[in-house]
Amino acid sequence: MTVFLEVVVSFLLVFGAFVMLIGSIGLAKLPDYFTRLHAPTKASTLGVACILLASMIFFSVQLGHVNLKEALISMFLLITAPVAAHMLGKAGLHYKVKMADSTQNQHLAKKAYLQQHPDDK
Amino acid sequence: MNKVRKFVWFPTPYHSILLWLVWQILHDFSRGHMVLGAMFAIVIPWIVAPLSEKEAVAKKTIKAVIYTFRLLIDIVASNYDVAKRVLQSNRSLKPAFIAVPLDIKEPVPLAIFTSSVSLTPGTVSVELSEDRKWLYVHVLHLEDEQQLINLIKDRYEAPLKEIFGC
Repeated sequence: MTVFLEVVVSFLLVFGAFVMLIGSIGLAKLPDYFTRLHAPTKASTLGVACILLASMIFFSVQLGHVNLKEALISMFLLITAPVAAHMLGKAGLHYKVKMADSTQNQHLAKKAYLQQHPDDK
Repeated sequence: MNKVRKFVWFPTPYHSILLWLVWQILHDFSRGHMVLGAMFAIVIPWIVAPLSEKEAVAKKTIKAVIYTFRLLIDIVASNYDVAKRVLQSNRSLKPAFIAVPLDIKEPVPLAIFTSSVSLTPGTVSVELSEDRKWLYVHVLHLEDEQQLINLIKDRYEAPLKEIFGC
């Protein structure tokens, strides 16, 4: 393993961890349920992708052949993360989770809620 | 379902290829698994295809590849954007809901579109209206509503419409 590759792998690991850290901070500090959805969906994709890329490079060099399993993991993550976020958001909408008062266009949330529960005025 | 379907060897050829490839990657391309993977790739679509919609095929392959790469770049850019907002004070945040009018109706392009919206510019899609005409989106920080709607439509919906030809 050359020094150059080691630097690349370390950089990717640290950068990925940093992105995940920011995502976690966002999860803790943002004001309401819906804004909290944003940080982890975005950060988890990029952060995990960076760490997996580092792992892919490291093990490809170590084992001497191209290792694609991590690419598969990032692909699945790319497909499932937005779906999970969508379902969480949807659930929040239908349980009428309290949102920050500064949220604009709150009538849209009500409209979407009434579509699924037409008798609940 | 009582309707008797005509037997097709490969009801979803692209899914078969994908399934085989994924199996190979998981098992490091060993010879035995090539045969086993081929068996799975042939048999599983027979069982699954009647249950699902018709396989969606991208009509413009090059455009699809370009779209994928642009999406990856946008994910990085939006990460930077969200990180910036997270590290700023909560008081400067202007969260909002917006409703994006939809032109796409087919399920697969629609799924890709909503996922792209969730992954990229500081937005998470939260609900699809019953008639599939509106997508309700939560925005972390909204400056100009119409501009954002236009951006989403031009950047993600228009290319997807072209790719899937719908």
